[in-house]
Amino acid sequence: MTETLKLKVDRRDGLAVVYTEGYINNQGGEQIAKAAYELVDEGYRRLLLNLSGTKIVNSIGISILIEIIEKMIEIDGRLAFCCLTPTIEKTFHIMGLAQYAGIHGDEGAAVEALKAA
Amino acid sequence: MDGEAVLREISLTLPMGPEMEIAASRAATAVAESMRMSADKIDEVRMAVVEACINAIEHSGSDDQTVYLSFAVLGKGEPERLEITVKDKGVGFAPDELVEPKIEEKLTSVRKRGWGLKIMRGLMDDVEVRSGSDGTTIVMSKAR
Repeated sequence: MTETLKLKVDRRDGLAVVYTEGYINNQGGEQIAKAAYELVDEGYRRLLLNLSGTKIVNSIGISILIEIIEKMIEIDGRLAFCCLTPTIEKTFHIMGLAQYAGIHGDEGAAVEALKAA
Repeated sequence: MDGEAVLREISLTLPMGPEMEIAASRAATAVAESMRMSADKIDEVRMAVVEACINAIEHSGSDDQTVYLSFAVLGKGEPERLEITVKDKGVGFAPDELVEPKIEEKLTSVRKRGWGLKIMRGLMDDVEVRSGSDGTTIVMSKAR
């Protein structure tokens, strides 16, 4: 039954993309936060979370994503999301995340928006 | 709703263990699929069930550590609406005293949680919360 989250990080010039696969619950959220904070420590100020491999999240996991948004605001960085399921995107809008993090349909559009920010 | 009958009903009792909310969401998916709900709506139902179960696990403080669910398919002959009940026998809370979470406040707050009910209300057509000293019951529904 366990749906452990798997992560993959792609470091690019000035931008890092974190790919998720699986359930973003409290443990999954913590894994993402750990990866994001390591990237920030490495000097990355533009992060993209590609959730194409995630079909379900819960509010505890999203609360941890809000911590990452708070961190990125603190360091004047940028965080964006792409490739969300319609329900996850709707949930992010219900919670107001779109006010503080870009939400994009595909990775190309998200990368362009982050580079321009 | 007027004239609606319970066409079929499934009950599920789950211990408050790790990822039991996923088991509950799978049951919700199966029932919603059986009434030919659209994939997007099924996904919304699934997420709302996850949130209702997490609320029970995180906040109920129930002695029996059990979540009681029922999935009722309602309609006038044909399935029209899915009604899901998620119940715990915990200490209860005062729903009217809950403050609606706001992202601008959560961003600067130590406590970033507390979104469950808002998410359920945003994803389902109707959400009713009954809570008292004998526990909490969330009844939520979505039209097909």
